Amino acid sequence: MKLTQGTFSFLPDLSDAQIRAQIEYCLGNGWAVSVEYTDDPHPRNTYWEMFGMPMFDLGDAAGVMAEIRECRGAFPSHYIKVNAFDATRGRESLRLSFIVNRPRNEPGFALVREEGAGRRLRYTTRAYAADEPEGARYRG
Amino acid sequence: MPDDSVTATLDLDALYRDSHVGEALETLDRELVGLEPVKTRVREIAALLLVERLRRTVGLEAGVPSLHMSFTGNPGTGKTTVALRMAALLHSLGYVRKGHLVAVTRDDLVGQYIGHTAPKTREMLKKAMGGVLFIDEAYYLYRPENERDYGQEAIEILLQVMENQRDDLVVILAGYGDRMERFFQSNPGMSSRIAHHIDFPDYSDDELFAIATKMLERLQYRLSDAAADALRAYIALRRTQPHFANARSIRNALDRARLRQAKRLFEGRAAALSRDALMTIEADEILASRVFADATMPAVPGAARS
Repeated sequence: MKLTQGTFSFLPDLSDAQIRAQIEYCLGNGWAVSVEYTDDPHPRNTYWEMFGMPMFDLGDAAGVMAEIRECRGAFPSHYIKVNAFDATRGRESLRLSFIVNRPRNEPGFALVREEGAGRRLRYTTRAYAADEPEGARYRG
Repeated sequence: MPDDSVTATLDLDALYRDSHVGEALETLDRELVGLEPVKTRVREIAALLLVERLRRTVGLEAGVPSLHMSFTGNPGTGKTTVALRMAALLHSLGYVRKGHLVAVTRDDLVGQYIGHTAPKTREMLKKAMGGVLFIDEAYYLYRPENERDYGQEAIEILLQVMENQRDDLVVILAGYGDRMERFFQSNPGMSSRIAHHIDFPDYSDDELFAIATKMLERLQYRLSDAAADALRAYIALRRTQPHFANARSIRNALDRARLRQAKRLFEGRAAALSRDALMTIEADEILASRVFADATMPAVPGAARS
């Protein structure tokens, strides 16, 4: 099951040229771009691990592309996303965030039913991959 | 195939006109005085890049030439100015994508503790990508007297990026001739990765005078005839004195002349001022320089001393 989080996630995976063009757009708007990775795909897992510092004052996407390449080399089967942060006063939040790398096999999520008092049911999801300890997921 | 050669001859001229390279080279010629070896090399690089681009259009092998450069020369010979122009020129030739210049020194690249240098150097390199990284006084990166100096680490990262991401940025090292020579001797890897070693000659007296005229023009000042003569004398004298820094010395001298001119105008503020008076620098303002005082002194008692 393809993970659909962030912008463009319902589209086919972006090519490197497309990623570069998106980053150029971010830099053109003066946003600071950063790279993050995780192997916990739960939708509420908002804070992924930072790969290096956010990059401020870049002129060209080449720097970010190099960082993405490096991150892919270090974590080939993790989820990797690119964030663009807008530091404008009053905005100070992410403007764009999209996935640039995903594991080859994405087993998806299980629906978990928890019985509460008086036949109440609580529903939650759990990623199949999360059964394995961190760092040992998405090996296959 | 014969068609290709015909279109190619036609294209080069069109390409030259379309790329605005001619304009960039002309402004370089017009605005920078002297520096003939530098201008020749810049023209050669421009020609090479245009030809490479043309070769690519007709399907010939066109390796991306390495354009890392080192600028050596005495203080004030225009290394930084040319680097700035170079960024714009390479941009108009389509060699770098953005054409901005990031000027750094040792402090911006080398960290203060273990593990600090690599991220710092990488950050600056990333900022410079798509443009030109200008490392002023590059020889400070390498401190042979301290073998644990982090400068070596910065040099290694620099070399790696200069080699692997040649199409992403151009690195220009600058510094005084003899020290750069020593720097390259102790870092042969750096020397061999730099294709263009450009030496900036000192300016002649006439060139310095022309530079002064251009500086004043830009600031909308002008010299009276007597002041022009005084400035010529000043340049000849200043050259013989210590800490002579070519165009930079001249700029400082002009700045001080402007101060004195302002003072003169201020003290005579009772009289009405014309626009012309606001623009004109008189001979006294240049002759008041310490250079003349120092120069006349050794002429008389210097003989007694020796």
